[in-house]
Amino acid sequence: MTEQVAVRCAGLVRRFGPRVALDHLDLEVASGEVFVVVGPDGAGKSTLLRVLCGLSEPTEGDAWVLGKSVRREPEAVRERVGYVPQQVGLYGDLTAWENLRLYADLYRVPRAAFETRARSLLRELRLAGVEGRITAALSGGMRQKLALACALVHRPQVLLLDEPTAGVDPVSRRQFWRALYDLHRQGITLVLTTPYLDEAERASRVALLHRGRLVACDDPRGLRGSLPGCVLELVAQPRAHARSVLRARSDVRGVYVFGDRDRVWYTGPDVGTLRRFLEGEGVRVEILRPVPPSLEDVFVARLSEGA
Amino acid sequence: MHVPFAVRAVELTRRFGDVVAVDRVTFAIPRGEVWGVLGPNGAGKSTTVRMLCGILDPTEGRAEVLGLDVRRDREAIKQRIGYVSQRFGLWPDLTVRENLEFYARAYGLPGAEARRQVEGWLGRSELAEWAHQRVAALPAGFRQWLALGCAVLHRPAVLFLDEPTAGVDPLSRRRFWELIHHFAKEGTAVLVTTHAMDEAAHCDRLAFLYGGRIVAQGKPEEIRRTGADGAVLEIQTDRPAEALRVVEGHPAVRDAGLHGAAVHLVLRDPEAAESVVGFLRQQGIPVHSVAAVLPSLEDVFVHLVEALEGGA
Repeated sequence: MTEQVAVRCAGLVRRFGPRVALDHLDLEVASGEVFVVVGPDGAGKSTLLRVLCGLSEPTEGDAWVLGKSVRREPEAVRERVGYVPQQVGLYGDLTAWENLRLYADLYRVPRAAFETRARSLLRELRLAGVEGRITAALSGGMRQKLALACALVHRPQVLLLDEPTAGVDPVSRRQFWRALYDLHRQGITLVLTTPYLDEAERASRVALLHRGRLVACDDPRGLRGSLPGCVLELVAQPRAHARSVLRARSDVRGVYVFGDRDRVWYTGPDVGTLRRFLEGEGVRVEILRPVPPSLEDVFVARLSEGA
Repeated sequence: MHVPFAVRAVELTRRFGDVVAVDRVTFAIPRGEVWGVLGPNGAGKSTTVRMLCGILDPTEGRAEVLGLDVRRDREAIKQRIGYVSQRFGLWPDLTVRENLEFYARAYGLPGAEARRQVEGWLGRSELAEWAHQRVAALPAGFRQWLALGCAVLHRPAVLFLDEPTAGVDPLSRRRFWELIHHFAKEGTAVLVTTHAMDEAAHCDRLAFLYGGRIVAQGKPEEIRRTGADGAVLEIQTDRPAEALRVVEGHPAVRDAGLHGAAVHLVLRDPEAAESVVGFLRQQGIPVHSVAAVLPSLEDVFVHLVEALEGGA
């Protein structure tokens, strides 16, 4: 199969009154990618997904899903896209099966095909047995997987998920990612947003949005490599004093509390210089060593540069 | 009177019909300490918080907040604490500023002080540019900042935060936690529930709730050292999803999960490390590096839940 573009945005703008949610966005996602969109609150992540599934119309520019324009062929886009919104769109008073049937009808899945499709989805997502249960009585993790099943009932090739794991406990989060990887293996393109950057580490590529603009877009390794300087882990006493003398230096671009230690983003000459500086300021340094930057470090650095 | 603990619960229990939501929970939180409560959905975290805030009566046992009894002195407690709940508290039809002003009045702050606190919070939380936005149209992360603001305007001595950072972006979460530590340093006791294990690492102490009971507690480091039974291997590979699938059936592997893009394997027997790595390579999975690591809080969390569910 030839490499195909699953999602493309060109000059995409979406305004809400005076507020620009998406600001001339250019973006391409290849078929089969696990594409993760991150960014601060209000950056435009949810708006992007809503435009891509045809719920929200572009103000300017256009977006295409598998070659179909969201402006001109919204019906064709809807057939090809599955969407799991942040507020899970399930009816609490219906059973799991009834919710599936409802989505199948909305997407015009033939009744004959529905039964087989629904059964195999429930099995794949490890939901077999919940068919007859009232949706409101399902656990959070199960409801999330049911929402996923509903979004997949019409066999979309592209799946859009808006913060699917926010507020989900670690066990359910693991199960959810297992399900996502199964879909990835079947060739479905995944585009998702997340507030957890450890999840972005698993992406084929990560897009960082800020105020509706694309600030960075690369694979995780490339993004980590783009951070100027290095990240140091620091354990020192007195801690508050150490932080304040560090923050006064122009080559220390950020100091962040991280549990019982601090993370220092440093763009100066060598670590020894910084250690001697701290000791000269009366700080007792227990640990000061470079650590591999995380995507969170990159995220924080890029945003503080932009601010 | 000197009260050594800001919060104290003894055999605290809450039933809903036949369901025991919180089951004889006992703990104490000193002033200035950040106490994290972890556990799967439905473990009893929110029910515990609501009893301590005086919103829900305990069925049995007792609890005191700042020396006040949660049954008898609920109104006095409400004036002295701050509470960020998962689902309510903000007025969707009011603007950001109006919500803050409402809470300032509700807590009886005099006019000048109320204005100072509201402005102070708008500035420090970066809500300033959203001040005139109705809450209904506010992005989720900013809503959490607003909820925290409404809960701290009156400088409470105890803060109850029920999943305060759900839906908050990473940069904001860092600032959120810097503030929580700042309040703690000023002597505020903080009880916070969360699903984010990186946040749990910020807490002074953790309690792990399951089925309404505390099944593990201690400092984050203690929990990591003692909570998971077995050795943890961290494996770097460029095909983590496949590695997971391959290794799941291996008899020496009790549990496998992703940490970022690395694979964590919990082994029943540390001696089996070499054979598991050999097995991965034999199955065609490139292994770039292998390291024995301390279990992460997430490893411990998953282990506890699976052990308890297996035993149920």
